[in-house]
Amino acid sequence: MSSEPRPSSAAVQAGSGGEAGLLRRYLFSTDHKIIGLQYFFLALAAVTIGMILSLCMRFHLVWPGAHLPFLAGGIMTPEQYLALVTMHGTIMVFFVVTTAPQNGFGNYFLPLQIGATDMAFPRLNMLSFWLTLLAFLVVLSAFFVPGGAPISGWTAYPPLSGMGDITGPGEGIGQSLWLMGILIFCVASLLGSINFISTTIDLRAPGMTLTRLPLTVWAWFVTAILSLLAFAVLFAAGILLALDRLAGTSFFLPAGLVVSGQLETGGGGSPLLWQHLFWFFGHPEVYIAILPGMGVVSHILANFSRKPVFGYRTMAFALCAIGFLGFLLWGHHMFVSGMNPYSSLAFSVLTLTIGVPSAVKTFNWLGTLWGGKLQFQTPMLFALGFISFFVTGGLSGVFLAQPALDSTLHATYYVVAHFHIVMGVAAIFGIFAATYYWFPKMFGRKMNRALGELHFWLTFLGVYSIFLPMHFVGIAGGIRRYADSTGANYLGALQPLHGFMTVAAFLTAAAQLIFFYNLGRSMSKGEPASANPWNATSLEWAIASPPPPDNFAGCFPTVYRAPYEYSLPACPQDFLPQHLPPEHGAPSKQEQGHAS
Amino acid sequence: MRHRACGSAEPAFVLAILLILVVSSTIFIFSARLYPAPRPISRDAVLVDRQYNLTLYATGGAFLLAQLGLAYAALRFRDRGQNARFVRGNVALEILWSSLTLFVFVGLGTLGRRAWADVRFTPPTPGAIHVEGTTYQFAFAFRYPGADGKFGRLDPSFINPPAGNPLGLDPNDPAGADDIVVSELTLPVDRPIELVLRSEDVVHNFFVRELRLQQDAVPGMTIPVHFTADQVGTFEIVCTQLCGLGHHKMHSLLHVVSQSEFDAFLQRAIAQ
Repeated sequence: MSSEPRPSSAAVQAGSGGEAGLLRRYLFSTDHKIIGLQYFFLALAAVTIGMILSLCMRFHLVWPGAHLPFLAGGIMTPEQYLALVTMHGTIMVFFVVTTAPQNGFGNYFLPLQIGATDMAFPRLNMLSFWLTLLAFLVVLSAFFVPGGAPISGWTAYPPLSGMGDITGPGEGIGQSLWLMGILIFCVASLLGSINFISTTIDLRAPGMTLTRLPLTVWAWFVTAILSLLAFAVLFAAGILLALDRLAGTSFFLPAGLVVSGQLETGGGGSPLLWQHLFWFFGHPEVYIAILPGMGVVSHILANFSRKPVFGYRTMAFALCAIGFLGFLLWGHHMFVSGMNPYSSLAFSVLTLTIGVPSAVKTFNWLGTLWGGKLQFQTPMLFALGFISFFVTGGLSGVFLAQPALDSTLHATYYVVAHFHIVMGVAAIFGIFAATYYWFPKMFGRKMNRALGELHFWLTFLGVYSIFLPMHFVGIAGGIRRYADSTGANYLGALQPLHGFMTVAAFLTAAAQLIFFYNLGRSMSKGEPASANPWNATSLEWAIASPPPPDNFAGCFPTVYRAPYEYSLPACPQDFLPQHLPPEHGAPSKQEQGHAS
Repeated sequence: MRHRACGSAEPAFVLAILLILVVSSTIFIFSARLYPAPRPISRDAVLVDRQYNLTLYATGGAFLLAQLGLAYAALRFRDRGQNARFVRGNVALEILWSSLTLFVFVGLGTLGRRAWADVRFTPPTPGAIHVEGTTYQFAFAFRYPGADGKFGRLDPSFINPPAGNPLGLDPNDPAGADDIVVSELTLPVDRPIELVLRSEDVVHNFFVRELRLQQDAVPGMTIPVHFTADQVGTFEIVCTQLCGLGHHKMHSLLHVVSQSEFDAFLQRAIAQ
């Protein structure tokens, strides 16, 4: 590592804060690594709650009359079921798949990978985290108010969500708290994304050109741009909905509504306006969840295939293309909404077009594996699992992208299966891959490999057992967000599938205990890890595990080459770190040119 | 376990077996038609099914190739002490598979256009039967214009379900005097139908599986859909848009009957 001392604000802060006590160092820290971990643990808490809610839902779908001791009335009511639907979706989307991959791992590793001492705005970073935590608590508090949590789903379509408790239980204070939580989350995300963008642009080490950025950094960078644009729109929409609810405006409420026998005066608004604004956020949100996973998978695949990423520039370009196109196809959520049917065809073609960069990524991942020397460490297994789910979920999306087919599959369990596989499970496999991969760096110890493998096999099989049958429920017309199957006669025939999925869900959830056990135990008792246990090339592996407070211990790296220089011909070892000067055993320019 | 070689064969084999298991069970459930969609009852629904099958073959092929390709790569390139092949990429290959994907995906979209257009764009043919479908928490109501062929004026201030006026028919409008309002939809077979959907309170949906037709009913809007049912029978109508605590109970029936039975139904309804 070349030594080039530079003043470091983080070092100064860490130095002064070091004596100030644990509180300053671990709780109210401005260190990006601590904040990354705080986000990570917040997401772990959220995913645990979200998973328990989903188990309650799955249980209720199969045994709707069962007596549940933890419920006030003993038996789950339809409104309680719908409250679970809303809160499960909200918690998982906002506080898990948005929080962990981007704010958790991104915060921890983006500065390390570009050779920076911290994020560009450390205090803003701390504020982002505390706002996110506040948002989480405010959303959760909806469970504990009169009427309970909202029943309008995470999409909160007005008029159901816009008129207060006359439209149903949970639509009073519960929905207001939910909305307030989401608004706070928007602010946190906006501040966070500004930080990510500035850091990537301004704080790169000498030599870290754009084409030398690890693909993880590309993914976090593009995701931050998406967050900035998407959450701004959700924030505006949320303010309008809050005004409709609390100030008597009617942005989303048309004239002449009659709810519960009451005629509502006012009007002039449009329910479709909310849907447009919500999905203008909601669709990019899907990519906010999945792009960091794509970056992590590319990174890990190269590492454990001992090969450069196949088509690095194409991969970086595909991330940008997905980010750009992701803003042009929100309308595919609204094919049957009553929107102009001609525009459906435009949205359909644009949606199918985003299949191209997505398919290119898949092809290039296979290209990275091809001819490699594959090492099936736990992170690699989860990265391969990610690809499998991404393919499955991406291809089921080709059906939904066509309005004629959406006309029959929309709002069925087919959609639930599709988005759970592609944005839920794939994103979570990205989180698992990242956790197993970077755990040695974060905690200086390795996670147990045998337990990691067991966790992978059970989860991989379990997830397919839950979500493959779910497609068939949807194809047969099984409708999502139904509290039970008594409303239509044909639904009864699908109950055996529901039973199978519920059992699979409980087993898969149980398998996650292995992960939590492994995580907790390895922090204190895991095998000590060296600075670079995976023989990797990017900058985070050039420093001690765990990293010193100022990241590079006063010696700042210079970057000499592309991020994935594995198995270079004429190189004595099969990896060549980015920071190693050419004289340290690296092949000359001529030899490199020959190799490529 | 800790000391075994990095690329031991075991995980590669298990992963390959699991992937093959996933692919083969998917193929089995599809080909055995264990949980199929019900038989279509309109020409447009048949078009939808045709497009569905086409998409199934195209994506099914890609699914098979990608998952098995992954399994093959895991097995074939597992670490057996070989050197990794140093390749940075292949622009020609990348251009090839990008164009191929674009061609297949956008091609599918273009082919599926017709089934959508028939139901949503086409104006009603002369002689089509006009029916209005209204949704409210948590029921459907269907209105026929009666002998004069005209729907009477609606005014939400007249809405009074207990008094038999769930839609708010204006008693001062003579056109509404012969309007028929019922809770189940009866339609003649082989006649083009224009169904106009509206909602009184929140967003609902009208879904008949056999018609392969879902359409939201949105307050403040009237949304037309067109179809011709070509088979007699009784089919279920459900709501698929989350509309409140009774969402899962919102249910009605579609009776497709012969022309003479339909005429008799109208006579009966007017008499009431």
